[in-house]
Amino acid sequence: MPVEVRLQGLTKVFHSHREAVVAVDHLDLEVEKGELVTLLGPSGCGKTTTLRLVGGFEIPTAGEVYLGGKRVTHLPPQRRDTATVFQSYGLFPHMTVFENVAFGLKVRRLPREEVRRRVREALRLVNLEGLERRYPRELSGGQQQRVALCRALVIEPRVLLFDEPLSNLDAKLRVETREQIRKLQKELGITSLYVTHDQAEAMAISDRIAVMNEGRLQQIGPPYEIYAHPANRFVADFIGRANFLRARVVGSADGKLAVELAGGVRLEVPAVAGFEPGTEAVAVVRPEAVDILPEGEGDVTATVVFGHYTGSLATYKLALPSGEDLEVEVLSPQEKGFLPEGTRVGVRFHRQSIHLLEE
Amino acid sequence: MERYRELRRLVHDPFLLLLVTLVFALLALFIVYPLVRVLATSLFYRGEFNPKYFLQFFERRYLIRPFLNSLTVGGLVALLGTIIGFAFAYAVTRTDIPGKSVFKVIATFPIISPPFLIALAAILLLGNHGLITEFLRTRFGIDWDIYGLPGLVLTETLAYFPLAFMTLEGVLSGIDPALEESALDLGASRLRTFFKVTLPLATPGIASALLLVFIRSLEDFGNPIVIQGHYPVLTTQAYLAVTGMYNLPLAATLSVILLVPTLLAFVLQRYWVSRRSYVTVTGRPTPSSLKATTPGLKWGLFGVLCVLSGIILLFYGLVFYGSLTRMWGLDNTLTLENFRYVFSTGLAYLLDTLKIAGMATPIGGILAVVIAYLVTRKRFPGRGLMDFLSMLNFAIPGTIVGIGYILAFHNPPFRLTGTAAIIALVFIFRRMPVGIREAVAMLQQVDPAIEEAAVDLGAGFARAFRRIVLPLISPAFISGMVYIFVRCVTAISAVVFVVSAQWQLITVALLHEVDNADLSQAAAYGVVIIVVVLGVILLLDNVLGKLILRRWQRAR
Ligand SMILES: Nc1ncnc2c1ncn2[C@@H]1O[C@H](COP(=O)(O)OP(=O)(O)OP(=O)(O)O)[C@@H](O)[C@H]1O
Ligand SMILES: [Mg+2]
Repeated sequence: MPVEVRLQGLTKVFHSHREAVVAVDHLDLEVEKGELVTLLGPSGCGKTTTLRLVGGFEIPTAGEVYLGGKRVTHLPPQRRDTATVFQSYGLFPHMTVFENVAFGLKVRRLPREEVRRRVREALRLVNLEGLERRYPRELSGGQQQRVALCRALVIEPRVLLFDEPLSNLDAKLRVETREQIRKLQKELGITSLYVTHDQAEAMAISDRIAVMNEGRLQQIGPPYEIYAHPANRFVADFIGRANFLRARVVGSADGKLAVELAGGVRLEVPAVAGFEPGTEAVAVVRPEAVDILPEGEGDVTATVVFGHYTGSLATYKLALPSGEDLEVEVLSPQEKGFLPEGTRVGVRFHRQSIHLLEE
Repeated sequence: MERYRELRRLVHDPFLLLLVTLVFALLALFIVYPLVRVLATSLFYRGEFNPKYFLQFFERRYLIRPFLNSLTVGGLVALLGTIIGFAFAYAVTRTDIPGKSVFKVIATFPIISPPFLIALAAILLLGNHGLITEFLRTRFGIDWDIYGLPGLVLTETLAYFPLAFMTLEGVLSGIDPALEESALDLGASRLRTFFKVTLPLATPGIASALLLVFIRSLEDFGNPIVIQGHYPVLTTQAYLAVTGMYNLPLAATLSVILLVPTLLAFVLQRYWVSRRSYVTVTGRPTPSSLKATTPGLKWGLFGVLCVLSGIILLFYGLVFYGSLTRMWGLDNTLTLENFRYVFSTGLAYLLDTLKIAGMATPIGGILAVVIAYLVTRKRFPGRGLMDFLSMLNFAIPGTIVGIGYILAFHNPPFRLTGTAAIIALVFIFRRMPVGIREAVAMLQQVDPAIEEAAVDLGAGFARAFRRIVLPLISPAFISGMVYIFVRCVTAISAVVFVVSAQWQLITVALLHEVDNADLSQAAAYGVVIIVVVLGVILLLDNVLGKLILRRWQRAR
């Protein structure tokens, strides 16, 4: 697939109050045609800035932006073939829904008939028929959001940019709308760059996720990859929940590594490149990748320090003999009974789910 | 690197590039260049460095006296104006006296009318042939009139206390009455609460008001020229140096001397006092504290406000009455003769004024909005400089601007003397800052994503500005234009230097009548000015404003 968006060494430094903030730090990223890539990271990590650099709203301090193979770093937004769905929507308050959606087409001097046809078609696509004459403030939040999406879609841009498009919607609508966006995006095959700080949203919607922290790219890959094989502690911690247990590699054989956790538990886990016998490592153990068994069974015995029950899920904090804590999630606790504090239990680690990181 | 990229990007937005270049060219030519000429003229003589008037500053009475006089008047007016302004503000925000809105309206009279109308009224009452003067002379044989320091202080205080009032009203209504109430609850007396809580909290505001009124008084030309008598101040001396002696180096030096204290006060106000403000803007109006005042204080204040408002009304009433008399002081029989005169002989002045205002208003309005947009929303090299230059004339006395324009535009290549354009330009570049400020304030309320969306969808600068930005800030656009228009009809200090035989202004005509001691005709001009101003404010603000606003308000 051809690369539609390419960011090369992209860097943006803001100067405010004599202090320099590096918002984006030598970012390299490629988005292929028809792909939806999400920029995910904590607040202030530079996601919005990156998106604005692609859209042309900020001028990079260093680095280049390529769209469809052409360098566009020097071009203002109106000369770039991108369209943005803004977090605050940015709807024109003095124009009707129809006029809002038609704006980009009129700029392109399309014949009036075609403008009307395409606007109507686009509105149908996002289920907004019949609201053409309303003003933005006469719409619900969800409808406004769809007008913003529709206004960006209708000009058939090379790349669609989304900046937390769902953050102003309530939880239920957020799930519905993200499914709708993903469906449309796939159907129309629009290359998209999508910013969010909600990892569930990112997991659900993306072909690939680019995890950022402090302006730097931490890891990029499909959601499964990011979750199962986080590149570092930050990613492991930020995506889902994780226990970090001290470990040492003690041997390797046909695609497996033998590791010993602190406290003496020995496990065979999937091999990760770069680990020789003898190296110190950190084992990433997801809370759901642990079974709780009766005392005496499993790999090791632990004590319940704290339990937390939410209905579909019970979360326990266990104390391991090594002195480390282990957070464990148990599905459908009704079947197994809720364990009070002080209970001694057996713990079994899912070998396949354990991922090693360098210390 | 980033600077260079900003520049390169401009090339790809040709309209923006053109606009930025044009604005810079205009600012350089019509703001910076005249100022540079004033400075140069005060420092160089026949091409050589020779700041002779500066060197003689302490020896020559005609240099040092106006300076000291200006400072004296400025200090007294600032003090009195701020005290009165505080009384008005305190009464309006902290008591429940009746008729608050009436007081507020009356306090805006001096702001929207030519300030020197007050001086005119003062003369009608206390001048050579004033009602009171005549009364004292015939009944008691006392020969006294108001010209000089008392007249200056009286008229300028009345003209400029509204500024202090408005500043302090904002400050006092920003102080949460809960603070005062809790002091009272803790057992402090009302007096103690006032001095220990209210006053300290309002101190930055008071300092601000003092400085603002001080600046206005120093800059004032209209009142002094009417009422100064033998008490010359800097603005009038500079004017006489030009018109009487044609000594431009002297005029330039006097105006630079005037610039020093005004700029100092401006910088102090802008960068020091206003930083110290304790006022917290919550965005919701706090109910005023009524507990903190005693009935005695409340009715005392009410009395003071009534007296002051009464004086203002009396003064404006006098102008109206004076305009209907045959020859004020000599023959007070009623007649419409003066208006016949104004609408025949004076008609040309009125029409000139309206034509010039008609040129300056739309151009100044648009320029203000464009500059506001460029400096708040666009990135280009020199943005900070543009912001600074466009606001520069706000801090500079009109006298300097006027002298600068004579110096800058008298000879080729920029020969403009005698044209309507030079007058219009003075108005545009002097009054633009207010329009810019309003537009900036309004732009800050508009979500940047709205115009970003327009540009993102492919709209160039021109379209995004016309279709999106302008409609959204049209209220600021309109009120900026109203302001410029009003000032065109009422201002005098700068334009008095650039009027000519071909192009006259009604304010200047009024001054000439005062000069000729024909106070009745002067008053008639004054009445016409007030009618025009009120008419335009009502028209532009209501009719045109509503027309343009309707669509946007429907959308809001
Ligand atoms: N115009 C600006 N001037 C100065 N600093 C800025 C500017 N815009 C962003 N920053 C800084 O750059 C950093 C990255 O900001 P950015 O808006 O890209 O974060 P983000 O990842 O989108 O965060 P969030 O999830 O909170 O939206 C922050 O430290 C921010 O304070
Ligand atoms: Mg953001």
